[in-house]
Amino acid sequence: MAAGLLTSALCLLTSGCFRHEAPANVTIINGNEPESLDPHIVTGVSEMRLTKALFDGLTKLDPTNATPVPALAASWEISPDGRVYTFHLRTNAVWSTGEPITTEDVLWSWFRALSPATAGDYAGQLFYIKGAQDWYEGRLKDSDQVGIHALDARTLRVELNSPLAFFLELCSFPTLAIVPKQTIEKYGDRWLHARPLPTSGAFTLGAWRVNDKVRFLRNSRYWDAANTASEIIDVLPVGSPNTALNLYETGVADVVWDKDLVPTELMDVLIKRPDFHSFTYLGTYFYRFNVTKPPFNDPRVRRAFALATDKPRIINKLTKGAEIPATNFVPAGVANYTGAAGLPFDPDAARRELAAAGFPGGKGFPRVSYTFFSAAGGAKLHPKVGVELQQMWHDVLGVDVELRQIERKVFYSSQSRLDYDISTSSWIGDYNDANTFLDLFTSTSGNNRTGWKNARYDELVHRANNEVDSKKRAEIFCQAETILIAEEPPIVPLYFYAGFNYFDPNKIGGIWQNILDEHPMQFIYKKPVFKQ
Amino acid sequence: MYFLKRLAALVPLLLVISFLAFVLVRLAPGGPFDRERKPASPEIERQLQTKYHLNEPVWKQYLLFLGGLARGDFGPSLKYRNHTVTDVIAQALPVSMLLGAMAFGFAMGVGIPVGYFTAVKRGRWEDYAGSFFAILMVCVPGFVIAPVLIMLLAIKWRLLPVAMWASPAHVILPVTALGLYFSGRIARLMREGMLNTMQSEFITAARAKGLSEHTLLLKHAFRLAVLPVVSYSGPLLADLLTGSFVIETIFQIPGIGVFIVNGSLNRDYTLVVGLVVLYAALLVVLNLLVDFLYTLLDPRVKYA
Repeated sequence: MAAGLLTSALCLLTSGCFRHEAPANVTIINGNEPESLDPHIVTGVSEMRLTKALFDGLTKLDPTNATPVPALAASWEISPDGRVYTFHLRTNAVWSTGEPITTEDVLWSWFRALSPATAGDYAGQLFYIKGAQDWYEGRLKDSDQVGIHALDARTLRVELNSPLAFFLELCSFPTLAIVPKQTIEKYGDRWLHARPLPTSGAFTLGAWRVNDKVRFLRNSRYWDAANTASEIIDVLPVGSPNTALNLYETGVADVVWDKDLVPTELMDVLIKRPDFHSFTYLGTYFYRFNVTKPPFNDPRVRRAFALATDKPRIINKLTKGAEIPATNFVPAGVANYTGAAGLPFDPDAARRELAAAGFPGGKGFPRVSYTFFSAAGGAKLHPKVGVELQQMWHDVLGVDVELRQIERKVFYSSQSRLDYDISTSSWIGDYNDANTFLDLFTSTSGNNRTGWKNARYDELVHRANNEVDSKKRAEIFCQAETILIAEEPPIVPLYFYAGFNYFDPNKIGGIWQNILDEHPMQFIYKKPVFKQ
Repeated sequence: MYFLKRLAALVPLLLVISFLAFVLVRLAPGGPFDRERKPASPEIERQLQTKYHLNEPVWKQYLLFLGGLARGDFGPSLKYRNHTVTDVIAQALPVSMLLGAMAFGFAMGVGIPVGYFTAVKRGRWEDYAGSFFAILMVCVPGFVIAPVLIMLLAIKWRLLPVAMWASPAHVILPVTALGLYFSGRIARLMREGMLNTMQSEFITAARAKGLSEHTLLLKHAFRLAVLPVVSYSGPLLADLLTGSFVIETIFQIPGIGVFIVNGSLNRDYTLVVGLVVLYAALLVVLNLLVDFLYTLLDPRVKYA
């Protein structure tokens, strides 16, 4: 009683400590606190969902099917060889503070993304442009040699190294977004705290309080403001799936849109509800072999492990969601591509391969370990998958694999240094094209992390990326993927992720499901309630 | 004078602590930029290291850090790249302090009376009930109490908000969840203190002189019996003011506790060092305060 009184007294005293803000039209739960809202710096999918509301690129993605449509560029021409793009900017494109957006802004923004001083992880997204990589790495001193040129205030010419099937989509990627020069030059790394903040997208930044909320306000000067459906959208940085579900169930949040924000313990119940939506997603869960040391330097051993892996069992027993067993690496549903045939679950063939490699029945097989990390959210699954794989390899191959759990940062550092035998892995595509997956295992890729190098594979990926004909290109990619998952497998795909979000379609409109999990905030609104 | 000296000793102590934190966090395997995906060129990684001086020798980095600290600047966060560590502290610390101060008040407000009465009513049902409560609170951790409170009060009966930090009503559940455990600890300390004091000779003497039981317990015994609680309250307050990872995560409270844990997991060197220094300073100052309180409460304690 005394405590109750004390608490209520303190509450009254502290009521001055809380802000009184206008309620938002829509409240969205987006995942952990964003690392940054600078589109040239962000690396996570959840951050990119936010920067896209603030800063437009030359193109943006259609909310229904995630294909590129005009944004700051109203139109463009592509040269017959697919290497030169000429963009025409909108005449009505202005900053949220009123100044016109010109090719000079585009040029400055792209060179900023390409500047070592910006130190953006994704600067490589611009390396498809002629001379860009050399310029970044200091081999090219003259910026005129880089294939980006303003022909006039509204016309931009972009020259690429090779024809790029996904370049228009890339133009919608945050790294290529248009950002305000004056503000950034004036405020440096803290430029997003400047007010008013000039933005080029559908919203401006109302407030950004760490771990509390990010508030988006409608940008009335946006060229497409007529289609912006809400005045205020609040984004709550909630990382705990249970808290997210609680906030949603009590009506505090209208939308929860991250696949890691579904409590896995409740997945089998939640997935049956009409307000829970799952969809095919551009991500693959897989494991890597370290091919630089025995026994996994022998492709027969790697094939044996792959053939002994029962993928549907992992989905039925562990994920329980809408994931799809992966027979290949590039997720089903990627544009213009059909995956190669991978290795099936075949215990007999697995045992034969292992015997051929000199370990019949697993006899004499060295001690190896499966390395993984555990963390909140989706990563909670890694240890469980490890246990399941360990059991499969034991039952089918007679091989005992140790489980080695390490901390997340240690894990990534060990994986980079090839300090593992087998390790858990996942990859989410950046754009809707097979290249965002297959490019990973070329011998120069920093994300290869298996030690596997195959000249023929490199050559095929390179050739595919120079092919203009999309059908031929898919065939070449398919040959490459066959090497990757069937012939020499340095990796074994387990399943394709399912995207997941929850909102009541009777109350919330403007969200469509698509493979890139792309849901522009511009179109999201709360439906009016009609009482009968 | 004594307290001024103690305050002056704070500076070298903080230097030592900050240096240890600075070095230890860098010794941990894995770095702030080890991630699932590597940048397209090793040059990009080099630039990241250069930008934050991580390629320099540690002593040089430490001097740079001290230079910044002298200007009240803890440097940029390596994880939250648009924020400085000072930004994060300025936004999150007041929230944690408010939550912590209220939880402290709650723990004291519940713990001291419970401890007092269980001691006075020793062996009676009030004692058993109160002691059972205290033990229960000490045994059940916050991450069990909090979800139970949420389930009942916020989801089932819809009396209070489920999470967030937006109004006085939002404060009640987290303060209770955070404070209950400590109220149990304090009740036990208080009961123990009271029982010991009640057996001491000066109490027997006072009772023999015919002092009323009420005055005896409240005016004479209590002052001494509360001393263990006072010693405990210094570090407790420092702990509570710097936030609770569990409670802040469950209730989605924008406090500093989340950053202390996540900062280390993310190898956010600058953030971790900044928060360690802050915590150390708070701890030292509050312990000093406790010592000062002792001189007020216990006539036997005096500092030259």
